[in-house]
Amino acid sequence: MADELVNVTIDGVPVAVPKGTAIIEAAKQAGVLVPHYCYHPSLPAPAVCRMCLVEVEKSPKLMPACVTTVTEGQVVHVNSDPAKKAREGVLEFLLINHPLDCPICDQSGECELQDYVFQEGRAGTRYSEFAKRYNPVEDFGPDILYVPNRCILCTRCVRFMEDVADTPVLNVSERGDRAFIGIDQSQRLDHPWSGNVVDLCPVGSLLSKDFLHKARAWDLDKTASVCPGCTQGCNITIDTRDDVVVRLRPRPNLEVNRHFMCDYGRMNYRWLNRGDRVEAPLIREGGRHVATDWDSALARLDQAVRGATGSAVILASGRASVESLGLVRRLVERPRVTAAIQVPLGDEAPLAGVPNLALRRERVPNLAGAELLGYGTAWEAAMREVLSAGLVVVLDADLSPADEAALAAAPGVVVVLGTVATDGLRNAQLVLPVTTMAEENGTYVNRDRRIQRYHQARSQPGMARPAWWIAGEVLAGPGPSPDAPATAEEAFALVGAAWPVFAGLSYADLGFTGRVLADGRPAVVGAAR
Amino acid sequence: MGYPHPSHPKETVVLSRYFGDPEARTYAGWVKRGGYGALRKALGMSREALVEEVKASGLRGRGGAGFPTGLKWSFMPKEVVKPHYLVCNADESEPGTFKDREIMRWTPHQLIEGCAIAAYAIGATHCYIYIRGEFTEPWQVMRAAVDEALANGALGDDVFGSGKAIQVVLHRGAGAYICGEETAMMNSIEGKRGNPRIKPPFPAVAGVFGMPTTINNVETLAAVPHIITRGAEWYKSLCLGNPKSTGTKLVSVCGHVQRPGNYEVTMGTPMRDILYDMCGGPPPGRTFKAVIPGGSSVPIMTREEAEEALFDYEGVVAKGSMLGSAGMIVMDDSTDMVYQIWRLARFYAHESCAQCTQCREGTAWTTKILERILAGNGKQADFQLLLDLAENMTGKTICVLSDSCAAPVVSGIQKFRSEFEAYIAGAREPALAAV
Repeated sequence: MADELVNVTIDGVPVAVPKGTAIIEAAKQAGVLVPHYCYHPSLPAPAVCRMCLVEVEKSPKLMPACVTTVTEGQVVHVNSDPAKKAREGVLEFLLINHPLDCPICDQSGECELQDYVFQEGRAGTRYSEFAKRYNPVEDFGPDILYVPNRCILCTRCVRFMEDVADTPVLNVSERGDRAFIGIDQSQRLDHPWSGNVVDLCPVGSLLSKDFLHKARAWDLDKTASVCPGCTQGCNITIDTRDDVVVRLRPRPNLEVNRHFMCDYGRMNYRWLNRGDRVEAPLIREGGRHVATDWDSALARLDQAVRGATGSAVILASGRASVESLGLVRRLVERPRVTAAIQVPLGDEAPLAGVPNLALRRERVPNLAGAELLGYGTAWEAAMREVLSAGLVVVLDADLSPADEAALAAAPGVVVVLGTVATDGLRNAQLVLPVTTMAEENGTYVNRDRRIQRYHQARSQPGMARPAWWIAGEVLAGPGPSPDAPATAEEAFALVGAAWPVFAGLSYADLGFTGRVLADGRPAVVGAAR
Repeated sequence: MGYPHPSHPKETVVLSRYFGDPEARTYAGWVKRGGYGALRKALGMSREALVEEVKASGLRGRGGAGFPTGLKWSFMPKEVVKPHYLVCNADESEPGTFKDREIMRWTPHQLIEGCAIAAYAIGATHCYIYIRGEFTEPWQVMRAAVDEALANGALGDDVFGSGKAIQVVLHRGAGAYICGEETAMMNSIEGKRGNPRIKPPFPAVAGVFGMPTTINNVETLAAVPHIITRGAEWYKSLCLGNPKSTGTKLVSVCGHVQRPGNYEVTMGTPMRDILYDMCGGPPPGRTFKAVIPGGSSVPIMTREEAEEALFDYEGVVAKGSMLGSAGMIVMDDSTDMVYQIWRLARFYAHESCAQCTQCREGTAWTTKILERILAGNGKQADFQLLLDLAENMTGKTICVLSDSCAAPVVSGIQKFRSEFEAYIAGAREPALAAV
């Protein structure tokens, strides 16, 4: 089917699209956005909002672009007078019972009702004198509020829960203009993926309690990133306001997460805003840590690495990037190195309607990347090695009291590249401040060996630097050197030089949706049913 | 017969011959009256021949749309790969329509026979009869008749020893008007909310449970045995007007006539004959003002239009309305047209399934504006507003419920504008308290 192309003309632009494509998708290819509410590419199309009505030549009526498929030679007018008049009518109908409380609505600024009304709605109301429909706000679930007065009954939330999450707790209750989104009275909207209904809602009717009144949409800076929550590697957008991460939202990637992300990932961002960060390189002198500059710190690190004899151990976080893991591994190169990452485990939570999409048991984003770089997951064994190693490098690992006790007893040199420094690390010779994934550029490799880029979303605290920069500087030798990587992309090239699986790829190749590494499994995330 | 009145000479009694005859309700009584002969004959014919016979008869859907029945049957796949279903639409909820109720009450076997023949013709082994929830007596009668038909081999796994299986399943509605819309009915049968579905896919491709399905009205199916028994040519000959409208039509007449009831007329009978001869004209001292000829969903006709119209699909369209279900609502000169139109709009606002924006919001808004006018608070601008809303509600939604709400509003304003003006000008006492 995909091979057979159909030629259509949309608002004067000719396009060839696969047979069976809906006009609304063909229009995207022609660069024309057909205004719509109920349609969503990851949900079944019910054609109920009637917003996407377009004029199709030789058709007696306006046709819904979301369910009308292209035919050879079809000529479609999205912005003709009859289509615009129909949309103006729909917008007028949608607004008569809408509270127009945009000034206090979280959705304001990213609201499809607001956008389309400004674009092509009527300036005034003809519904004056009549009271608007009123229903009180309802508490749907742990993170979700329903504001029925703003609802336009597009039913995206109902269809997501029924057709994608396979947990039909929402419905359309009542009929006519009394209708509202109802919830099974014996249940809560607490499915592990239920937060998606907030993103799917085109208006401010379904709200996240976590984000409630936190920020106006126009105050947010948006950065393309990858969820650090598990090995699935869902593509996300990090929303920051004044350099503070306030929200994570899914970013479409049809081969990884379609348009969704789980609630665990969504809520797992507060650690990115921690205030108790190490902000300067610390050197142990006279039994305590003192702050220093990077030149001194790097010289001390070089000394420590060169001076340490015997075996080395790397204890890394599974959130560390390919670049950092790779260059740190190269930094400690010697006959005997034990490298391990921490992999916290949790329960798997699949999204029923999308094959191969789940919150994974392994709650780190770069397990596959670490394994390709020679890291293991045998944390306890690595901790035992600490007791005989000449050099221990801790890369932002979350250490338990037992781990810290082991490090305190380590006979060799202990170097910490970390975001926070606890009392338990007081014996470390060096504590060097590193950035979190929100403060650097880098790449992660997901469970299907898809390598994906994430971008810096906020500035780093103090003098913190990416771990790859620290390792790269030391590897390049003292003083300014052209061999020291200045950017994450240069660090990635250095990793590629040492590990062929990453060779020949540039950041540009990865783009915004990543690439499957050679010998990686092909992506098999399926379409929503 | 013009049940509950004696048959009128101008009627052509085919479907309603045994209305009021309790014996016709029983299997034995029905067989005595020639019943089930058509089914036996049909079982000896090929499926294709049956479809051709119905096509040739010119029978068209009696539920309102008037789609040629034989053509609809021919859309079903020739090869039965997946299960085929027949659905009999007995959810007669159209205001002013009560013909299917009488068919089920008095001649249940006429309907069962028609269902069985149609099921065989389209390759279905199962027929759902979706009976309006409020129909208590018809439900009981149909229940008993299906049991009797099963016991006598007219239904079951081996109908009359032909080796063919035809099962009838009675399904009761729960009181939603919209479930009379064929795709909403399919959802309802499946146990889902009765929301109309987007077409395509059409029922013949993916209907009940996603299987090829044909949906026919009670009256349509009840006519089938007569066509099989007496032949397509005979049925086609029942025509006084346009040759595209053949056979007889049950007319449910209610409102301001002397003898309301069901009348069976040949297609093309003058409406004047129905109104004045069969129904006895308006009550004494009154004159007719308006007629809604086809259930509440069609445009209102003035007395003049109604008196000139021939009662068939084309004849009513020629006078600006539609035959619809032939539920005729007659109003005399005592009628407040604004009030009646408001009453209709309120019905549609109540019954809107809430899927499509125009219908959900438009029907309710229209009702509120009419309420405002009736309360004496109307404005001149309300005319344009009502017509604008009606335009936005016509031809833009999944089903035609919102079109049906708009039709009487538009025709009412066109034809009875002075009554609206009287309320707006304060010349008429408000009929409703202010809203």
